[in-house]
Amino acid sequence: MFGPNLFTNYGEAVSVILFVIGFSNLLLQKNLIKKIIGLNIMDTAVYLFLAEKGYIRDRVAPIVVDGIQEVEAYINPVPSGLVLTGIVVSVSVTAIMLSLTIRLYRRYHTLDLDEISMLLKKEGR
Amino acid sequence: MDFIQNFPFFSIILSMFSGIVSSVLPVKAARRLNTFLIVAVGVMSGILLVYLTGTGEPFVYWMGHFPAPWGNEIRAGVLEAGMALFFCLIMFLSMLGGRRQLAEEVAENKQNLYYILVDLLLSSLLALVYTNDLFTAYVFVEINTISACGLIMVREIGRTFEAAIRYMIMSLLGSGLFLVSLCMLYDLTGHLLMSNIKESVAALAARGEYTVPLMTTIGLLCAGLAIKSALFPFHSWLPDAYGYSTVSSAAMLSSLVSKGYIFLLIKIFYRVIGFEIIAQSKIINVLFIFGLLGMIFGSTSAIQENDIRRMIAFSSVAQIGYIYMGFGLGTEAGMTASIFHMLSHAATKSLLFVAAVGLTDASKGRREFVELTGSAYRNKMAGIAFTVGSLSMVGMPMFSGFVSKLLFAEASIGHAHKMLPAVLVLALSTILNAIYFMKTVIRIYVPDYRSDCRTITIKKQKAYAFTLVCFILLNVALGMLSKPLEGWIHSGLAMFG
Amino acid sequence: MKKDSAFSRWFYGERDTLLDRVEMKPQTGHAPRAGEIRELMEERRLIREHIYDVEDNQKLKLFHRLYQVAAVVFCATLMLIMLVAVSWLPENGNPDNPVNNEVSARYIENGLQETGAVNIVTGMILDYRAFDTFGESNVLFISTVTVLILLHNKKKKETGAEDVAGGRANTAEKSRKSAGPAEKSGSIYEENLILQKIAGILVPIIVIFGVYVILNGHLSPGGGFSGGAIIGAGLILYQNAFGFEKTERFFTEKTYKWICFFALTFYCLAKSYSFFTGANHLESGIPLGKPGAILSSGLILPLNICVGLVVACTMYTFFAMFRKGDF
Repeated sequence: MFGPNLFTNYGEAVSVILFVIGFSNLLLQKNLIKKIIGLNIMDTAVYLFLAEKGYIRDRVAPIVVDGIQEVEAYINPVPSGLVLTGIVVSVSVTAIMLSLTIRLYRRYHTLDLDEISMLLKKEGR
Repeated sequence: MDFIQNFPFFSIILSMFSGIVSSVLPVKAARRLNTFLIVAVGVMSGILLVYLTGTGEPFVYWMGHFPAPWGNEIRAGVLEAGMALFFCLIMFLSMLGGRRQLAEEVAENKQNLYYILVDLLLSSLLALVYTNDLFTAYVFVEINTISACGLIMVREIGRTFEAAIRYMIMSLLGSGLFLVSLCMLYDLTGHLLMSNIKESVAALAARGEYTVPLMTTIGLLCAGLAIKSALFPFHSWLPDAYGYSTVSSAAMLSSLVSKGYIFLLIKIFYRVIGFEIIAQSKIINVLFIFGLLGMIFGSTSAIQENDIRRMIAFSSVAQIGYIYMGFGLGTEAGMTASIFHMLSHAATKSLLFVAAVGLTDASKGRREFVELTGSAYRNKMAGIAFTVGSLSMVGMPMFSGFVSKLLFAEASIGHAHKMLPAVLVLALSTILNAIYFMKTVIRIYVPDYRSDCRTITIKKQKAYAFTLVCFILLNVALGMLSKPLEGWIHSGLAMFG
Repeated sequence: MKKDSAFSRWFYGERDTLLDRVEMKPQTGHAPRAGEIRELMEERRLIREHIYDVEDNQKLKLFHRLYQVAAVVFCATLMLIMLVAVSWLPENGNPDNPVNNEVSARYIENGLQETGAVNIVTGMILDYRAFDTFGESNVLFISTVTVLILLHNKKKKETGAEDVAGGRANTAEKSRKSAGPAEKSGSIYEENLILQKIAGILVPIIVIFGVYVILNGHLSPGGGFSGGAIIGAGLILYQNAFGFEKTERFFTEKTYKWICFFALTFYCLAKSYSFFTGANHLESGIPLGKPGAILSSGLILPLNICVGLVVACTMYTFFAMFRKGDF
């Protein structure tokens, strides 16, 4: 079932495991703050994955030094750009989740999503 | 290059720019700018549609000075242009129909923020429709998600906050899967542009390389977008989000936001992976099963519901099940039926939401069925519109729902393995639809002249009545003009290839 | 449910490993009176029993258990699937992978000539793939809009800004207001002498470093986003040391609005010009300058400055909204 590159790709394997840890936290935790932490773990795992994908043995970061412009000198610049975009998206989303949590906490004095639903049912609106 | 080919770019940039400008405008100006924007984009898409039907050739448009595999690109064919036009139409009517509730339910100082959200929602929908680049699609999927979250919670009550956070959690799970599968796809092909990925994927499939990760990636991609568009087991956020947000938001969320993701999925099927590969894979069987489950489960939940807005929301779950069932058939006819159902559902669902708010307004804002007794007499226009929407949902001839059900049935007949379950569930779901929609229609037409509820005449709310008339006409038009629309979908799908 | 091991108690959130081990100041914002907590807990228990019928409802318990099992199975399957996929992916670090094709080759070989940026990543995100980056700035913009909707409360009509739901929300409102005076009078900022002295030295350095990172975005690692985040951090430190009264002298809602507006408008117009000329195969007529100089690489430097301004303002706005709900 497993392919030949499981141990060569250990970086990717770790990032995938981290991704699922974050994913399950986001899915299963009741506490909203822990959910947000799960979200951040998930996003960071994707950046690790991308960084691993951009890496090429014995090459340096893609900033032109001494006018050398051979392909053999630098790593792939595309994943770095994608990570940059991903980070900004994740910052924005985290900010929104946190501010929603603040509003809910102010109103219901709890971070437990199930309990919030319960209180809402009691309010009946 | 013709000047008209700039129009997709103009519509995307114009809507983003309006969002930016709205941040410093007063409420009234922001509203005018928003209306102007939607009309302008709609007109541009209309002209583009006519132009593309004339030339019969799709075109790509460089976003920058660099050609295909290096720079960003957008691409337009008849299906894209038509979708953009349709989205503008629905958005215009939804905004018009919910304007009064918006003024009541959204705080004064936050209304221009609402218009920013709507502008950016439009830009993200247009970008999802036109983009030819998978990573651009990811960025705009996020804009779409965030603006949808904003639309839900802009009416600041506890329910909407809870719905918004549930929506965000589900959406983020979906976008996480989408992003990670996108990265894997990039790793396998080395491209981010749809056309180039398709070439590489075809080459990989022909050589038989990387079959396992390729299939996994496609599966994760589909799962991500299915979660985001509220396919059956992932719909828990939907009833609260649609049921309690302000009415324009509910109409736009049900008819536009989820349709944006579904359209992106169709695009991915055709333009990224290739329809043959997708049709042979096992993934569509999974989509098929969850589609069928959603059709039944959504309808049964809707029957149990005692709140009219939440009932309509649960009906959305069932309708999204229909769309995924069409994908699951894995044939061209199934795809056509799904795309037609997207249009039909968008038109009908926004009509139902806008009409339902008229009925609840005539019943002192209560939404329980008992309170709604006789409300169709108190608000005649809303009653007629709700009846039309219900008949269309049930599948009455003349209205759009009938055509989409017919197309689904036609598509499933003759399919080797999936014919029996598809047709059976289609029939069952139609009966269930009829139960809860007809129950509501009968309830609102039971005479009960209560003196304590105010009567709303058409004269008092001209804009609202106008919106409903437009919605009804749109619905009838979709039902009557099904042949040209089918032809349009076919030529659009051919242009995808 | 039996949870005996320390780990499982921590996992279910019942045990806080940090409790009693860190020095914490008690929160001054919300101080419930003596019996209130007991009352609230009792009320919550009653509600829970009333709605869910927790004691007797075996069906609900079963559903919850089933849901959890299903979710765990789902996650485990997902992990397995993804691990299998990873094991079949191309070998890590191999130069012959499909990723290293003509796309990255052109970025590296011609990037300097075509964009004028020494930093190839900057050249890529702000010139080759600029549409993505523009969308990304819009993500930041729209997230600020949503945060403003959620947390911005106008000073004028503090009462009734939030529709009150039941007694609980009332106490929340009150507690929030009671947190107000200490914040407003600035009394909580008087004691922090060490913080103020050090911040006085550090903030200018941090801001100047941020400006450096922004201005050298096309020459060295960095750019608008990282530089803007650094400046935002400097502003947040300044606020923490000296209080809102000091920051309000130069940073109010108006400042934020107009800076964001001008920066994003410039970004939008500049990029529209470049997209339009590019798609219509016209010369853009923007000189790229001598690679390696500060004033080079065409539009990239002004765009970096715009992005930096937007990010700095956004970061500070997030902080101010979380802290006080106002600028």
